[in-house]
Amino acid sequence: MKTGAVRVRPEPENVKHGAASLSAYASTTNACAVCAPLGASLAFRGIEGAVPYIHGSQGCATYMRRYIISHYREPMDIASSSLGEKQAVFGGGPNLKKGILNVMRKYAPSLVGVATTCLTETIGDDVPGILLEFKREFGDLGLPEIVAVSTPSYSGTHSDGWHAAVAATVETLSKASSPGSGNGVNIFPGMVSCADMEHIKDIVQDFGLAPTLLPDISETLDGPALAEYRPVPPGGTPLSSIRAMPKNLASIELGRTLSDRKTGAAVLEKRFGVERTGLGLPIGLRETDALMEALSRISGRPVPRRHLLERGRLLDAMADGHKYLAGKRVAVYGEEDLTIGLVAFLAETGAKPVLAATGGRSAGFAQAAADVCEGLAPVPEIIRGADFHEIADKAKDLSPEILIGHGKGQRTAREWGIPLVRAGFPIHDRFGAQRLSHTGYKGALQLYDRIVNALLKKTQESCSIGYGYL
Amino acid sequence: MNTQVLEERQDQFHTVGGSAFEMACNRESLAGAVSQRACVFCGSRVVLYPIADALHLVHGPLGCAAYTWDIRGALSSGPELHRMSFCTDLRENDVVFGGEKKLARALDELIDRHSPKAAFVYSTCIAGLIGDDMDAVCARAESEKGIPVIAVRSEGFKGNKREGYSAACRAMMRLVGTGDTSGVPRVAVNLLGDYNLAGELWIIREYFRRMGVGVVANVTGDGRVEDLRRAHGAALNVVQCSGSTMELAKMMREAHGTPFIRASYLGIEDMAASLYAVADFFKNEDPEIVDRTACLVREKLTALMPRLALYRQDLEGKKAAIYVGGAFKAFSLVKAFRHLGMRVALAGSQTGTREDYEELAAICDPGCVIVDDANPLELSAFLEKEDVDVLVGGVKERPIAYKLGVGFCDHNHERKIPLEGFEGMENFAREIHATVTSPVWRFMPRRAGRTGGMPACLEAGI
Repeated sequence: MKTGAVRVRPEPENVKHGAASLSAYASTTNACAVCAPLGASLAFRGIEGAVPYIHGSQGCATYMRRYIISHYREPMDIASSSLGEKQAVFGGGPNLKKGILNVMRKYAPSLVGVATTCLTETIGDDVPGILLEFKREFGDLGLPEIVAVSTPSYSGTHSDGWHAAVAATVETLSKASSPGSGNGVNIFPGMVSCADMEHIKDIVQDFGLAPTLLPDISETLDGPALAEYRPVPPGGTPLSSIRAMPKNLASIELGRTLSDRKTGAAVLEKRFGVERTGLGLPIGLRETDALMEALSRISGRPVPRRHLLERGRLLDAMADGHKYLAGKRVAVYGEEDLTIGLVAFLAETGAKPVLAATGGRSAGFAQAAADVCEGLAPVPEIIRGADFHEIADKAKDLSPEILIGHGKGQRTAREWGIPLVRAGFPIHDRFGAQRLSHTGYKGALQLYDRIVNALLKKTQESCSIGYGYL
Repeated sequence: MNTQVLEERQDQFHTVGGSAFEMACNRESLAGAVSQRACVFCGSRVVLYPIADALHLVHGPLGCAAYTWDIRGALSSGPELHRMSFCTDLRENDVVFGGEKKLARALDELIDRHSPKAAFVYSTCIAGLIGDDMDAVCARAESEKGIPVIAVRSEGFKGNKREGYSAACRAMMRLVGTGDTSGVPRVAVNLLGDYNLAGELWIIREYFRRMGVGVVANVTGDGRVEDLRRAHGAALNVVQCSGSTMELAKMMREAHGTPFIRASYLGIEDMAASLYAVADFFKNEDPEIVDRTACLVREKLTALMPRLALYRQDLEGKKAAIYVGGAFKAFSLVKAFRHLGMRVALAGSQTGTREDYEELAAICDPGCVIVDDANPLELSAFLEKEDVDVLVGGVKERPIAYKLGVGFCDHNHERKIPLEGFEGMENFAREIHATVTSPVWRFMPRRAGRTGGMPACLEAGI
């Protein structure tokens, strides 16, 4: 197998599940994650003027579009090489070139983000080689930037694809000679919602810093109604900002399982010596405090009053609500870093996270869960490479009283008769998923309200008289 | 319109009333054109998925399984095994060393756990490329477990959805004819190509019940393995959505001599004509069936027509665009819109054939554009240019319409409201009315400043 510019993380061979789990299912039932090219496409959507492009058969792009559209309720065009049987035998190079040319003609993109698939990885398409050829052949056309990322679906999850696409983008675009703004900070927010990204930018700006958020889907996947259709939605990280990332003061990447990976921040550190600060996803008090401290240190400014106030409100709510959550057994699942962030917050509230499950296989997941619980709550059971069969199996003994995770846990929650508080991606069964907040003091407070209210609703509905005051 | 169309796609358009009919279709999607189409795997998966007591195992990476998990609103009156997503989750190691052992273990584990009546094992791009001998693994599992274990050759890259339909039909044909047909009534049909979305098939079955027609197998909405096995006992196959299941009907005619007729349960004329056609087929067997059918249709229309007239007051002269998976649905929709006083300005599908489009062109009004395998840019350009009031399509088309302030009706497999039958026609009218007359559009940038009174239906309290 040939590979593209950046590979998703290699994983331990023959290990389907984490060391903390002893089960040995051969099959997967109701998966808890989706595949890497989807995450790569989402990340590319967060770059200004970019068109995500799947080098594979037509179905991959269409499935991913449908999956993404059902969450964000926004147009999501993903171009495809539309490979057929002939190309599977003779190679997908000609289709890749033709596809990019067609995308250029119809979308006039500033960047084309090419993610590979099982098909093209297995037939051995040398994507970087094909792209070099393409640039030689069509260099006179004024080509867009082309970023390639190797994302076979048989390796990693959507979250791995996201981070690999971000790293590949930085690797391809960042140039040391580009001018920097002097107060710029690189922020790698991870797979958070549009509302989260908006809020994280605000936080950074409140410290007098200029954030380059990569990627930034806050507008591209939550845009306004339009008078005229825009082939590529407005918004996203500007290419000039990505090019200038090496000149910024520092990089902050959010996500506790990222430290051993080749991420965008890692590339900037290694190539250009940009300081890399790895933090947890800022959910709840301590993880958000850490972000505030880092920004305070980089900017030399104290935490702005607005955020102190928001922290105070969060804390006040945590006091008001602590009895509702005290000892409540919570099962959390989803994308690795989000799951860890949620567990960190839950531990602070007095709830008892009993299970932390992820479809991903990050080696650091179990340790991260232990770290964020330290001193506050017992370490939850851990499942890596989880599916909903295994989550249900594990939960038999753990008897969770509430589930927190993406919408695919809905059937499990229904079966158990417990509430599901939706967080993360995908949420196909509720409205406004892109506007759900999780991060920052403010986001955690909104999340806290949702959790407490889900429990109150359950209390109210399951008592015979239905209390009017709760 | 043409400004948005890639050169290579120009011949996949036709304007009714313009030049003589000439259209290219059923060709591979153009690279880079953002087709709305899916793949072979998708075609097989959607056709077989509603068979509710079968195990549906995807032999491939988890993405293919996750994207098709509980994807259709195909309701079951009993088991719901079809709503689970199973896969072998092929990983790097399997790609190198082969996935046969994993597949065998997965079948062993899942058949024991769920006791399905049959298992369908779907091949994906990757399973096809690494050359797993799925037939051999399935045959072994079949003899060990004593249930049919059927490999579905649905490698994603080996064509488009149509090839997937074909693979699904071949898989079902493995079951047809293997069951006992004793007790099957003489006046009985199989319903092919209905997926029981939002319970639609139950509406249609009720009509047949009142006509005195038994149903042996639903293919595949609310489907059961045992019914498929004895489907050859039915006297007639009634084929809707013929793109997906016509091949099965043809195979059954060949192998078992079962004749078939084409049907559509959408709209008024097609729904009634389908019932009459079945009545006509059985009239020698049951001379009173024609009267019973006429009586049923009369009763339904008496209830329906005054309701439609109400909706029509607000919809007269409005414009619709249709972009759906199969061309047959488009035929019925064009006629259904006529009952609402609306004009269809665009009619297209992902997988129509030349004959389909020719037939479509024949029933559309002059000026209507027929399109094959459209993409978001073409669709959006069309909505803007024609100032369309409503787009009928699926989830992928929805945000295009809404972004521009155009109404939308979900007529795809995720719909939650039954649109088939006479009851479905009223639902359809209500859906179209609700979206076309929404006050929201008046505030949208593209339509800002337009005036409009309160819809008559609202004033009438409907």
